[in-house]
Amino acid sequence: MATPVNKEDAFSQFLLRMGDNTLILGHRVSEWCGHAPVLEEDIALANTALDLIGQTQMWLGLAAEVQGEGKSADDLAFLRDAWDFRNVLLCEVPNGDFGRTLMRQFLFDAWHSIQLGRLMKSSDERVAAIAEKASKEVAYHLERSADTVVGLGDGTEESHRRMQEALDYLWPYVGEMFQSDEADAEMVKAGIAPDPASLREEYDVLVSRILGDATLIIPDSSFAHKGGRTGAMHTEHLGHLLTQMQWLQRAYPGAKW
Amino acid sequence: MYAQMIKSEATQDDPEKLAAFQARIDAGEKIEPKDWMPEGYRKTLIRQIGQHAHSEIVGQLPEGNWITRAPTLERKAILLAKVQDEAGHGLYLYCAAETLGVSRDEITEMLLDGRMKYSSIFNYPTLNWADIGAVGWLVDGAAIMNQVPLQRTSFGPYSRAMIRICKEESFHQRQGYDAIRKMAEGTPEQKKMAQDALNRLWYPSLMMFGPSDKDSVHSAQSMAWKIKMNTNDELRQKFVDQTVPQAEYLGLTIPDPDLKWNEERGHYDYTDPDWSEFFEVIKGNGPCNVDRLAARNKAWDDGAWVRDGLLAHAKKKATRQHAAE
Amino acid sequence: MKNEWPLWEIFIRGQHGMSHRHVGSLHAPDAEMAIKNARDVYTRRNEGVSIWVVEANHISASSPSDKGPLYEPSESKVYRHPTFFDIPEEVGAM
Repeated sequence: MATPVNKEDAFSQFLLRMGDNTLILGHRVSEWCGHAPVLEEDIALANTALDLIGQTQMWLGLAAEVQGEGKSADDLAFLRDAWDFRNVLLCEVPNGDFGRTLMRQFLFDAWHSIQLGRLMKSSDERVAAIAEKASKEVAYHLERSADTVVGLGDGTEESHRRMQEALDYLWPYVGEMFQSDEADAEMVKAGIAPDPASLREEYDVLVSRILGDATLIIPDSSFAHKGGRTGAMHTEHLGHLLTQMQWLQRAYPGAKW
Repeated sequence: MYAQMIKSEATQDDPEKLAAFQARIDAGEKIEPKDWMPEGYRKTLIRQIGQHAHSEIVGQLPEGNWITRAPTLERKAILLAKVQDEAGHGLYLYCAAETLGVSRDEITEMLLDGRMKYSSIFNYPTLNWADIGAVGWLVDGAAIMNQVPLQRTSFGPYSRAMIRICKEESFHQRQGYDAIRKMAEGTPEQKKMAQDALNRLWYPSLMMFGPSDKDSVHSAQSMAWKIKMNTNDELRQKFVDQTVPQAEYLGLTIPDPDLKWNEERGHYDYTDPDWSEFFEVIKGNGPCNVDRLAARNKAWDDGAWVRDGLLAHAKKKATRQHAAE
Repeated sequence: MKNEWPLWEIFIRGQHGMSHRHVGSLHAPDAEMAIKNARDVYTRRNEGVSIWVVEANHISASSPSDKGPLYEPSESKVYRHPTFFDIPEEVGAM
């Protein structure tokens, strides 16, 4: 992984982080289509996935513009290999059961909504505009995932157990969202994006409240997996996701779809 | 169509009431859930609406098969929105069926244990990306042909569901044609995919209208009740007439060497699908029947704890609110 | 029904100033989720600015056999409609 040395590289890195998060998570959520526990949830999950795909088009579109190499958002989504992806690991872990999917969604939405709130004040107008649009969508995602986490956590014995298992599994992936590096420092300096670490306090308040309502216990460990947002080490799962997602573009280079 | 093999139930109701009921239908009145209706009308409708709803839900699977492999972000979004619409259409139709006294869970279980059917078309696989275009173009095209007249069906809730569905459906066929057009105008490999999709999906699409009129003895009663608006062969002919020029525009060949314009009839002559294959698929022997039902059963079984959990929470919350008041 | 989510009737105000209209139904464990589900199911194409949900079994409906007594008496009260009255043209719009 090349350490970004200038503002352009850092900016591009930041945009990829935003866009890859929504791309990979949107892809994961879209895997549910046709398989959810009840029709109403099937439709709701598809709405979330559609919002995330739409946000991906904006973030990766801007990333391509900033990179200035004549690429498109599609080129970035479909023609990079795993080491070039900058999403946090949380987004790429497999769906598991519906409980794990919704827990992952909630843990991400909580971060996402705070992050977008800050980005609406970005010194870069394009970033602020994307954040403005996305924040409305994400406010709804958060409301819905939080409600579902509470409902299932405080539901039956089985649903409670499954949600606690989901939380235990996913919690080690939370910390990565708040890790900062030189690229982040560059973004803070330029007033484009906040320091990830600075979102943690607000996040913890929000997440503790909801998980408390859900009668779930946050694991007593601050250990955090990392490597996604720097690209240093993704999970094994990402490669499988990409082989599906990128297959047509890879098998038939240059074709228009 | 989506209700391919619906037999009208014989009816043994009071002849006077029956005559009055028929008079209302002939006068173009809508029948509403609380109105008196013959038992046969109610049962036939439950089966027809149910089969239609199940077709929407099972129909999510062959197209959903390509969501994670869609070749561009835009195509992925369009396909996901479309498959989501199918879920919505299933939902509207289940609600229409519920007004006739069968709950969503009951009717779902009838699909899952094989007591109720869904359209045979969804037991065929989607094997290459052009299939997604072909499904929109042919399968939704055929569906629309049936659904547009059904907006005028005699049962109010069914008619209202169809109106909403038709409004949403209009983008489905167009996106399908657009997708397959890109392929037909694309690289040699893409053209091959498009032709391959048409080859495999042509006859199954023709089957969607149900067996030939001469073998479909039960439609007279349904037509009198206005829950079936056209005969199977009428709609099939209309579909062929509409689709042939669209295929020609794409430069694709319909896999029917005997297809030709009949000046005298003012219609295309075409080869009927292999009806023995159709009846095998209906019996459960299509290429995907087992997988489709297994997928629906898995979603239902795996989802039970979620449905129970959220309901249990709602009850707890209501109890706590009561206690606080 | 074993454990089925209740059925809700959904009413949506399409534009500011219009009344809520019945658009359909759906299932949800409680009213809050019914509103959310209605948002996801019935406003996918920008259809609404406000949502009402009512649990279906809380709706009381008139009976079809009462149609005569309920609605026919108003048929004879033609004077309730503005077109019943002739206003001379010279008076202008009224």
